[in-house]
Amino acid sequence: MTARYPGYDVLAKRHTLSWNEATRRVVDKRLAVPREPRFLTTDEWATLRAVCDRILPQPKDRPPVPIAAYVDDKLLENKIDGYRDAEMPHQGEAWRIALAALDGHAREAHSRRFHELAAAEQDALLTRMQKGELSGDAWQGMPSRKFFAKRVLHDITNAYYAHPTAWSEMGFAGPAAPRGYVRMDANQHDPWEAAEAHPGREAEALAKNKRVV
Amino acid sequence: MAISPAGDPFENPRAINGRAPDVFTEGGWVPMRHYRDEEEVDFAIVGTGAGGGTLAARLAEKGFSVVALDAGPYFRPMEDFASDETAQNQLYWMDPRIVAGDTPLTMGGKNSGKAVGGSTVHFAMVSLRFRPEWFKSRSLMGYGADWPIDWREMWQYYAEAERALSISGPVSYPWGPKRPRYPYRSHPINAAGMILAKGAEAQGYEWTPTPLATVSAPRGKSHPCVYRGWCRFGCSTNAKQSALVVWIPRAITAGAEIRDLAMVGKVEVNGAGKATGVHYHREGRWRFQRARNVVVAGYAVETPRLLLMSATDRFPDGLANSSGLVGKNFMTQPNQAVFGDVEEEIRWNKAPPSTTITEHWNYCDRKDFFGGYCWMGQGPLPIEWATVQVGARGVWGEQLWRDMQNYNHQVGVKLVGECMPDEKNRVTLVTDEKDQYGLPITRITFSLGENDKALIAHGLDQMQQSMQLAGVRNLFRQDNDYNHLGGTARMGDDPRTSVVNADCRSWDLPNLGVCDGSGFPTVGGGNPHLTIHAIALRTADRIEALAKRGEL
Ligand SMILES: Cc1cc2nc3c(=O)[nH]c(=O)nc-3n(C[C@H](O)[C@H](O)[C@H](O)COP(=O)(O)OP(=O)(O)OC[C@H]3O[C@@H](n4cnc5c(N)ncnc54)[C@H](O)[C@@H]3O)c2cc1C
Ligand code: SF4
Repeated sequence: MTARYPGYDVLAKRHTLSWNEATRRVVDKRLAVPREPRFLTTDEWATLRAVCDRILPQPKDRPPVPIAAYVDDKLLENKIDGYRDAEMPHQGEAWRIALAALDGHAREAHSRRFHELAAAEQDALLTRMQKGELSGDAWQGMPSRKFFAKRVLHDITNAYYAHPTAWSEMGFAGPAAPRGYVRMDANQHDPWEAAEAHPGREAEALAKNKRVV
Repeated sequence: MAISPAGDPFENPRAINGRAPDVFTEGGWVPMRHYRDEEEVDFAIVGTGAGGGTLAARLAEKGFSVVALDAGPYFRPMEDFASDETAQNQLYWMDPRIVAGDTPLTMGGKNSGKAVGGSTVHFAMVSLRFRPEWFKSRSLMGYGADWPIDWREMWQYYAEAERALSISGPVSYPWGPKRPRYPYRSHPINAAGMILAKGAEAQGYEWTPTPLATVSAPRGKSHPCVYRGWCRFGCSTNAKQSALVVWIPRAITAGAEIRDLAMVGKVEVNGAGKATGVHYHREGRWRFQRARNVVVAGYAVETPRLLLMSATDRFPDGLANSSGLVGKNFMTQPNQAVFGDVEEEIRWNKAPPSTTITEHWNYCDRKDFFGGYCWMGQGPLPIEWATVQVGARGVWGEQLWRDMQNYNHQVGVKLVGECMPDEKNRVTLVTDEKDQYGLPITRITFSLGENDKALIAHGLDQMQQSMQLAGVRNLFRQDNDYNHLGGTARMGDDPRTSVVNADCRSWDLPNLGVCDGSGFPTVGGGNPHLTIHAIALRTADRIEALAKRGEL
């Protein structure tokens, strides 16, 4: 999979000056979120997981970021965004309506549930949702285009990029307090940042990333 | 939410029993004066941000008795702030609001604050002065509305604000009338800021290190900035000169009382048409603080909301609303961007997001729309960057996952532009949905006007040209982003066309004022906080002068 920042793990810095106690607390809490649905039903959960897998497909050679669990947690804890489009219901209701509607469209077109479809079939339905082409009574008046933008993309990317695994694979230096950075010019980085692999010099980056402190 | 060993700042108020948190020490306290609800204080101030926090400190320093209330918690940044985008949503006003119109806005996270210190706790610290002509944009430039204040007077108060906040800035500023030296030297320019400079130079435009409200050398108990780049999620080192670390401690030292987790739901008015105090919710119950004067400083959504919620039989359309303008002329600032990537490693998460800026199009009038804009360097963190990817490019799936890995090579510039006031853009109360305090929530209706669209199109073209000339590849535009609010309780010279006068006093109830971003008749093409600060400093001086003459 990603060889761009070989061997880099942002969690290795957990006990360095880059992480304060407040950061350790919130990241630990996130890593401990239960992997089962607590807000959604098992049927809704199966559909949500399939949607997450298509919006952010993950490599098979590492433990997955539990995206669906984070979305479920947000709904359960009622962590709202601070605003809602006038055409959109509350977030929990919006997800319930859309997950059921999506299954309905899958049954109609393929006589199977959404999570049972092939990836290409799933993508086709999601693309239609993105364009606002999915409609019908099951949507209860909610525009599918807005649901895709405001809930699917928003909630799923917010969940995934809150996880240290995502930070590591994009070479993000991660938490930084109390220690910040010293080197700020182009092509310069501090020893506590991720080293990028340059063609032919992957071993060098790997060695550096094993020593990130 | 991050619960520190010192207790959850959301669970119970911290500023009680004659003490307040010491923002500079973990678990520390400072003594604080306490007023009883029945004591009639000189001023009850609603909100402790750029406007309210500043006013509270200055009025207390002038000898007035002050109670300043904020709906948000009282943080100690060093112990309460995580380096985490999600957890730090704790700084923001996340209570429900409805957005509508042709351009429904994104409120909540990274839009407006709810904490002692207000939105300055998470602001990006860019500290600009208005162009002088903007204070008379209607008379001199043919658009918007005139401010009731002369720019030369504002120049004095800008200087005072820059000193109070120890702004770090360049030796000389390229645009506008001469201004004094910035108190602190400018910050080093990061790689992302250098790209802006390269592009601007190629276009023949001037640029400068951005004047920033974070210290480049120690100041009192503030350590210098460590370039961690998490500014919009709270500065856990206290380098940032937010109201929380500058004005609130000054206010407390001077004898003001700050009340955290104190949501004001109504300004009380008596039969004689005078404000008599505020009803506020704290520790699970509604209470009433008596006051001789009330100043509302809740920012451009909450200020009109409170005025509208305080309607009485005598003022059925809300307080201070004889002009009908409370909640109207709601403005935001276009915040469009152009992004791309370069061969070099940029690592734009390091340093404050904007270390360089060009105000070229604020001062150059060779354009066919009203108003101006500046643009500045950017440094979005992972969730923010993913939001740009999916929002601006509409990518998802494998491509999103792959493109995100280019993070350390991305760069971009973002404009802050002037939006025209329009009465159709407004904040209203939603009667059938209540928040956790049982108060009606707001509906924010916003649609871009033709001039706004022309400004945005011009800005995007200009920024794209700049990035191209700087050698940035794979350019794309983020054409739907907005930030900074204003206009919903505008100041002016005429009671028929404004809500408050130059001294931030309402025309209808002389002992009721508004002192925050809502007072802006126009927003200009630059970030607003320094102007809010300057107005608050001026207001404190005016109150002192009026009080001396017995006119308060
Ligand atoms: C992400 C971000 C970055 C920014 N960056 C910059 C920048 O770089 N430069 C710049 O100039 N500006 C910036 N701004 C804008 C700037 O922070 C605000 O314009 C400014 O702080 C507004 O000041 P204010 O006094 O009007 O309100 P605020 O500072 O928002 O303070 C209002 C306070 O009132 C409280 N309140 C509201 N209603 C009530 C009530 N009913 N009862 C009790 N309390 C109440 C709120 O909790 C809040 O704490 C930024 C804003 C954001 C969101
Ligand atoms: S970059 Fe500076 S101002 Fe921003 S959070 Fe870090 S220390 Fe604070």
